[in-house]
Amino acid sequence: MTIIRPYGDTTGDGMVQLSFTLPIPHDKRAEGAALQLAGKMGMDPAMLVHAKQMGDGFTFFVVYGKVNHLVDTEKVVVVERDFPLLSAKEVNAVIKRRLRRRLNVVGACIGTDAHTVGIDAILNLKGIAGEKGLEYYRELAVTNMGAQVSVPELVETARAQKADAVLVSQVVTQRDAHLQNTRAMSAAFREALPEGKRPLLIVGGPRFDELMAGELGVDRIFGRGTTPREVASYLVHALTARPTAPPPPLTGTKAAL
Amino acid sequence: MAGKLNLDPTVVAKARRLAERAGGPVVELARSHTTVSVERAVLRLAGVHGADSDGIPWVNRLVDAVRADVGLGHGVSLPVFHAMRTTGVDDITVLAQKAAAGAVRFAVPAKKAEATAARRAAKRATGDGLKVVDRRRAERDRLIKRYGDPQQRPWIYLIVATGDIYEDIPQAQAAARAGADIIAVIRSTGQSLLDYVPEGATREGFAGTYATQENFRLMRAALDVTSKELGRYVRLTNYASGLCMPEMAAMAGMERLDMMLNDSMYGILFRDINPIRTFVDQRFSRQVHARAGIIINTGEDNYLTTADAVEAAHTVTVSQLLNEFFAHEAGLADWQLGLGHAFEINPEVPESFRLELAHALLARELFPDAPLKWMPPTKHMTGDVFRGNLLDGFFNLVGALTGQGILLVGMMTEAVVTPWLSDRDIALQNVRYVLAGAGNLHEDFVPAPGGFIQQRAERVLSEAVDLLDRIADDTLLNAIADGTFGIMKRPADRGKGLDGVAKHEDGYYNPVTEALEA
Repeated sequence: MTIIRPYGDTTGDGMVQLSFTLPIPHDKRAEGAALQLAGKMGMDPAMLVHAKQMGDGFTFFVVYGKVNHLVDTEKVVVVERDFPLLSAKEVNAVIKRRLRRRLNVVGACIGTDAHTVGIDAILNLKGIAGEKGLEYYRELAVTNMGAQVSVPELVETARAQKADAVLVSQVVTQRDAHLQNTRAMSAAFREALPEGKRPLLIVGGPRFDELMAGELGVDRIFGRGTTPREVASYLVHALTARPTAPPPPLTGTKAAL
Repeated sequence: MAGKLNLDPTVVAKARRLAERAGGPVVELARSHTTVSVERAVLRLAGVHGADSDGIPWVNRLVDAVRADVGLGHGVSLPVFHAMRTTGVDDITVLAQKAAAGAVRFAVPAKKAEATAARRAAKRATGDGLKVVDRRRAERDRLIKRYGDPQQRPWIYLIVATGDIYEDIPQAQAAARAGADIIAVIRSTGQSLLDYVPEGATREGFAGTYATQENFRLMRAALDVTSKELGRYVRLTNYASGLCMPEMAAMAGMERLDMMLNDSMYGILFRDINPIRTFVDQRFSRQVHARAGIIINTGEDNYLTTADAVEAAHTVTVSQLLNEFFAHEAGLADWQLGLGHAFEINPEVPESFRLELAHALLARELFPDAPLKWMPPTKHMTGDVFRGNLLDGFFNLVGALTGQGILLVGMMTEAVVTPWLSDRDIALQNVRYVLAGAGNLHEDFVPAPGGFIQQRAERVLSEAVDLLDRIADDTLLNAIADGTFGIMKRPADRGKGLDGVAKHEDGYYNPVTEALEA
């Protein structure tokens, strides 16, 4: 099946739910306005199932309704994982065999972002979702610089640690801070180090579009729900498969997961 | 509500004794060091205000100038007030401006008479600042008497964080009208690592609003209006944390903030601030909070966002006991201790709710007179807002069942967006439902003797005692260096802000500490 539509309780019924707030007090007209919005969004018919005024001038609505849009799953562009998922043991074995030394990873939250929860989930021994973080991998030497690291500090540490890979986490997205910081970071690495000497640049965060790697000048973007094991597997795949050559040309759809 | 867990009082007493033994050396460290931020706080209380054209506060310029001439080890009070006498400048901010321009040379007064005169002048100037703090405290007492406290416990704590103080104000007022008893203005990401306090009303922040004295003043004034309108005193919270912890405390005291986030180890563990800097700053800030009648909120909830909430439950207890020790030592009373803990157990863990209940009740019974701060789930909020709302409901239920003092309202959109107006409304509806439907359930709720909850609480307490025992033997600084809390390794000779720490020289003088310890 390649053509689908939303499913409420019957195949093909196209039912969706939606909630939103309008900046007006609750009355008949407000309900009409909510239905008009739902209609313009393609819900036809739309059912207003809940309306509640909040404070003086706002009303919250829940709308259920049918949409007529069709989705062609064949035409969906996503980033598929293009590397094998390895266990910690396998990761260590591959590094030992191919690199014959420990693989150096430097991680940080850059810019003003103080949310270390992402980088810690990937790097800290504790890990996340029952998976140990990269510190657990014997053949990975991890430097976690923590939060609010400046880009020059990061570049310097990456150089000093002879980093094979740099992991940057960005949680705060207000005013596109995550995109600006990532661009500044990749530009700084390009400026500081010649191609081939440049570590693998990886960013992660819940609001990144994984297709933007090329545009942001990084090798890979990891989105929400990424686990340490996936990152470790990618590191091994990307670094042991390119002994001396510069990183493969960056294309948007290369990035994974 | 004490006594539901049947805790062994000798174990509890032992835990406190160990916390004292572990914390003692740190207090000694704090008593024998000063920091740039402690000295800047002193100058703020002495009346230095404003900033240069680059936005660098005059307190920073003045401390830097003194430091360049005579170092920090004597404190800035003697050199500054000595310079005021020798230069004949009688406005301390003007002196700071002159000093920044290189027009003043600082010296530690050599003659006894000069030192006595400088000391007397410093005492008078900072005394004026402390008088402001005292007046603000009396004003709070008066307003609470006039408008009243919230009718229910826990008090409902809501966050605003737009980045723009003029957007925050109507949002905070709307939140108060919708039921919030406490408004917390989250700071801009990154402020904790600024080694100065920005000036003036600010409209630009990332994921929060800069804490400035003017922003404090604006928000407090707005909430006073709302308190009057609602007939209920609405409290205001900000952060005494990061590199400017002492200055934040001083500003909060002068602008009648009511609560401040102020943890003994948070900056070390989560912001990589140097441990010694943190402990020195923390002691001073707590002394100011004690004087100002401010309730502190500690940050134990954060440990559970990095460590596992079941395995690391005892580290929360240990930190609470340490926070209590440091707070008492600094002069804070039990009613000022909003010790933190959180509902962060993975909901997939069997019996997760019973475990949460056991942990929350343990905190309640260990600290019966402290207004515990109960923090909502964040780590296991996945973006599934429907499940998130359910989790928040159970979180609220634990809060009601265990008599928590301050309930930070959980948002179903945690980890998705900064809360929308509707998210807040739904969250408050959730709280109201639970408190109205089950707010007095604690009267009927008694865990079975020897049952799961009692056993779990007993086990967490005994693990806490074991850990405190190890910390007391190994020293707290080493324990922090080894990653005991939140799995973060923070050695005492590393971290941000270390260069702003100085050991007291003979004759170190700080008129504010002197007054606060009197």
